[in-house]
Amino acid sequence: MTSTATLAVGPDATDRDAVLTIRDLTVVYEVEEPVTAVEGASLTLHRGEILGLAGESGCGKTTLAYAVNRLHRPPARIASGDIVFHDRAGHDVDVLALEDADLREFRWSQLSMVFQGAMNALNPVTSIRAQLRDTLRAHRPRMTRAQVEARSVEVLERVGVDPRRLSSYPHELSGGMRQRVMIAMAMLLEPQIMIMDEPTTALDVVVQREILTEIVRLRDELDFAVVFITHDLPLLLEISDRIAVMLRGEIVELDTSQRLLREPRHPYTRKLLGSFPSLHGERGAFIRSGVDETAGPEPTTEVPA
Amino acid sequence: MTHLSTDNGPTVGSAADEKLAPVASSADRPRAGWRAMLPTMTPWLALGLFLVISIALFGTIGPYLVGDPGQIRDIGLTAPSGEFVLGTTQTGQDVFAQLAHATRGSLQIGLLVGLIATALSCFFGIYGAYRGGLTDEAFSLLSNVMLVIPGLPLVIVISGFVPREARGLWTIAVVLAITSWAGSARVLRAQTLSVRSRDYVAAARVAGERSWRVIVVEILPNLLPVIASQFVFAVIAAILGEAGLAFIGLGASNASTLGTMLFFAQNGFALGMGAWWWFAPPGLLIALFGMGLSLINFSIDEIINPKLKNVRAHRKRARKAIRLEREVRRADRRTAGRSEAGAQEVASR
Amino acid sequence: MRFVLRKLGFYAVALWAALTLNFAIPRLMPGNPVDILLARLQQRGGQVTAETRTAYALLLGGDSDQPILEQYVQYLGNLLRGDLGVSVSYFPARVSDVILQSLPWTIVLVGLATVITAILGVLLGAFVGWKPGTWLDSLVPATTLMASMPYFWLALVLVYFLARNLGWFPMQGGFDVTLQPGWNADFIGSAIQHGFLPALTIVLASIGGWLLGMRNMMVSTLSEDYVLTAEAKGLSPTKILRSYAARNAVLPSVAGFAISLGFVVSGSVITEQVFSYPGIGSRLLMAVSNNDFALMQGMFLFITLSVLAANLVVDLLYGLIDPRTRARS
Repeated sequence: MTSTATLAVGPDATDRDAVLTIRDLTVVYEVEEPVTAVEGASLTLHRGEILGLAGESGCGKTTLAYAVNRLHRPPARIASGDIVFHDRAGHDVDVLALEDADLREFRWSQLSMVFQGAMNALNPVTSIRAQLRDTLRAHRPRMTRAQVEARSVEVLERVGVDPRRLSSYPHELSGGMRQRVMIAMAMLLEPQIMIMDEPTTALDVVVQREILTEIVRLRDELDFAVVFITHDLPLLLEISDRIAVMLRGEIVELDTSQRLLREPRHPYTRKLLGSFPSLHGERGAFIRSGVDETAGPEPTTEVPA
Repeated sequence: MTHLSTDNGPTVGSAADEKLAPVASSADRPRAGWRAMLPTMTPWLALGLFLVISIALFGTIGPYLVGDPGQIRDIGLTAPSGEFVLGTTQTGQDVFAQLAHATRGSLQIGLLVGLIATALSCFFGIYGAYRGGLTDEAFSLLSNVMLVIPGLPLVIVISGFVPREARGLWTIAVVLAITSWAGSARVLRAQTLSVRSRDYVAAARVAGERSWRVIVVEILPNLLPVIASQFVFAVIAAILGEAGLAFIGLGASNASTLGTMLFFAQNGFALGMGAWWWFAPPGLLIALFGMGLSLINFSIDEIINPKLKNVRAHRKRARKAIRLEREVRRADRRTAGRSEAGAQEVASR
Repeated sequence: MRFVLRKLGFYAVALWAALTLNFAIPRLMPGNPVDILLARLQQRGGQVTAETRTAYALLLGGDSDQPILEQYVQYLGNLLRGDLGVSVSYFPARVSDVILQSLPWTIVLVGLATVITAILGVLLGAFVGWKPGTWLDSLVPATTLMASMPYFWLALVLVYFLARNLGWFPMQGGFDVTLQPGWNADFIGSAIQHGFLPALTIVLASIGGWLLGMRNMMVSTLSEDYVLTAEAKGLSPTKILRSYAARNAVLPSVAGFAISLGFVVSGSVITEQVFSYPGIGSRLLMAVSNNDFALMQGMFLFITLSVLAANLVVDLLYGLIDPRTRARS
């Protein structure tokens, strides 16, 4: 049971090759009454592109992200679908078939993640240096101590964090700095894909802008693909190449940002776009008007003919 | 003295990662009606209740049903037989009868001390935390100091200075209580502080509810499970503590408890003479009672931490999910004819 | 630095409280301890002079006309000089000497047993928490049952089975009395043999708490974000277990060491009695039955001091392993 028939898909935004292909992925939570968190999701991620994944809380975007990296924990299970990673070197990797050591090697070196709210994502009792080091040690066991240190310094500088912070503990850093450290850590092995789950939601807008600028800049420099997950659609409109909109576990629209903004096809997309008060236009119009221009029938996953 | 700490920290988490589950998580208000206060029945809880209730019955009704524990006969130390279920002591006394009376004594003192100690810890823990400021600091310091000074040596010293005649049940009870309230007080204080800072308490205060109403209506109901749990710990500790005191001859001089039974058994060289029926049952009874109470405590933990509920069911679901996923993957590999070699190949940079 | 000062301050207060308790208890109890003591002393053939009386009155309080505060100050002064009085049950030995002689036995027994219990409990608990569903899970209810047992009863049972019936270990004593005490292999071997059962009692009775606490903490730590990050980073399971999970899960156990040690010391007092082990515990009990109040007081003081010192060390250690505490204070 796939929903590609109802999926409103626009033509591919870029002509670059695909780096990740997700086909018909379904994730089910085996609770008392099994819940399908992700239903038949399909998308293609291209090299170096920023793909936004938008939707309200509970729509399944985080579940999808975790499933891609096989980080989903029981009672969640992948009920069907494929996830194929297309290596720059030319061969394909069936992510769902990887086991143990191969999976561990794949993780972070090809695909890394920045989690929601780095508040807790860093080990509170070890230093930043130690946490960067164990990543490098695990994947590049032949690096010398000096090389490890040099690389750690390099990634921190890249994200705008003072290298002296290597000796600090996570609780000594501010929220913004912690998030930057997480991003630096995600870049350590120069992966081909970075999945970022609400990386800036917990931060104030000024810091948010700084970090977003960093991400886009790094992408330009290092040419990795980014899957950017957030509920903040306007933000995605600014930075992503393409945007996928999720509703109740299904991807209901997938298009370039410009086309999504100008000609949203799915009623839910339209509703989402209309839900953000604008900085322009008449003051109070959004709340006062009482007429919701985007209001329509209850959002379904069907696209009107 | 029991080693089960009064605060085991966050207890068992469920197998599901709460963050990912799309199921709506329970609201921050734990008060979902009085029904939610009752633990769910599990085999462990059933066993615990069985142990506690049967031993309690034995202690309360038993003494009326058995013979005279103090009657001395000249048959000396005898092994269990038809006439004497648990044999006799070296003065010919019926061990089983003694056991029933001793159980009652231990239960009495356990309850008494448990109540006094819990009352003390409630006062120092809850009241101090609620008032805040200097009161809180002072009470907290007092609790910590009392906690760090070793209990039994203190009890021994205090009991040692009291002449034998004055060592009644109440004296011992008071001494045990004042040396054991500190741990619970600390736990209650932590819990009160956490409840006090929750949003619904702040909301009640802002809405103008009077202090006492806030305590009784908002704070206390959430503390009840913790208080219950601490009371149970206090009873276990009291029974063990009294047993220890009695064993070394410092127990209540007029009471007959499981501890005094062990004292007499030790002095009667029960061990040396191999009279296991004399020294084994009292201790075993204490251990079983303590274990029953601990099991009940685990169930109370479920109320305090709802994540604990249905851990079994969670594990089962988790296993099912893993199994199903593996099957799907195996089927994929077979039907799609995917090359294993290709799938395993990951070029290292 | 603030952290260290705060800790030292707390323990100073605790120490003062212990000393004051020691001073106050004999004075608060009914009866006149000094008279009883002196009576005993005369029984033992000791001489009772006015100085003896004053000396004891200082320790225990009597009908002296000195104001309480002065007594208190003098008492503290004597303590600083190490003068704890003369023992009655071991007359004419000084209290401090009796204590010093029995101290090593208790420290070795209790110290070793506690360390072994802590390490074993934490390791087993970490494993049970990490991989639920193995046979080790059954350790939890088993050790819980053992933790509900009275220490001394467990000791009795062990003695019954292992010493009396099987004869693997001696039933009593700290060492073979026919041997010459000293640092020779025979003596040490004998000491170990005699100390095994008491130590085993302590370990079995107290491991339950450590195991359960560590296991619960482990399960809760495994659902933390940083463990998920560690998995996403592709670190090996051993590395995650060691540096991410266990490293964080062990913290409350270390913090709770204070309470734990208090219980162990309490329990070992009675255990020593069962085994007639020549440590402080059995001496304390002997003192009680002999109304040797001076010795009782001295012993209590010493036991408390040791426990406080051990706790201080562990607290400072905790500050080392959890960097957040240094910031918090």
